[in-house]
Amino acid sequence: MIEVLHLSILVTIVVSGFLTIWFRNLLSSVISLAVLSLFISLEFFFMQAPDVAIAEAGIGAGLSTAIYIIALRACGRKQFRKEGER
Amino acid sequence: MNPLSVVARTVCNLFAWFLAVFGIYVIVHGHLTPGGGFQGGAVVATFMAFLLVAHGGRKMQSWVRKELFTLMECIGLTVFISAGLLGMSNTFFFNFLAKAGGLFGSTVPLGPNPGALNTSGTIALMNLSVGLEVVGGLSMILLYMFSGVHPEEPFGREETGHDR
Repeated sequence: MIEVLHLSILVTIVVSGFLTIWFRNLLSSVISLAVLSLFISLEFFFMQAPDVAIAEAGIGAGLSTAIYIIALRACGRKQFRKEGER
Repeated sequence: MNPLSVVARTVCNLFAWFLAVFGIYVIVHGHLTPGGGFQGGAVVATFMAFLLVAHGGRKMQSWVRKELFTLMECIGLTVFISAGLLGMSNTFFFNFLAKAGGLFGSTVPLGPNPGALNTSGTIALMNLSVGLEVVGGLSMILLYMFSGVHPEEPFGREETGHDR
């Protein structure tokens, strides 16, 4: 049972990491990165390191997402204006 | 940087307080439960991140000042280094408060117990000071990032929430 749980968490980490670089919308990429951090923190918790899990959830999923969103809002919507690329 | 919509602002106003209370719990129970000054400080700094993302930088800078976070950093570092230096009669970072009976100085009870909060001497004091330091530092990073953001909007509108 615990192996299935570990495997599903690891698959979710890989899938969200792939989605982070696959999305064209940058806000979706940031949200996928937050999901990746959240599942890494869950994996830390199942590996019996709750100390690291709290740090990862606070910094990875909370603060770095906020900083990325600040940077994105500062950029405006200029990333959609490039027509020639892809 | 402009504020988000009413829905996002209301939700952030409500749930930021839960984050702050949980972070203060992690800091204060640092010597009993997982987590400590750094982890709890990061969670409390998420409070500031919520309010900043929801309300925008300009309104936030009218509510708090950057000198407040500098003061928090200074107090945290001063308390930490003086708690290390005050045990200098034995060694550096000597735990002079443990089992002394005063602040954080009661004896740990024997056997399995839920944990006594008033124990562990200078460890709890250093957790509190590290928590204060981390809250000040991370909040100041967020505030300075907001003050570096360009003020004008690309489309010249008044507000850009996701529902407008």
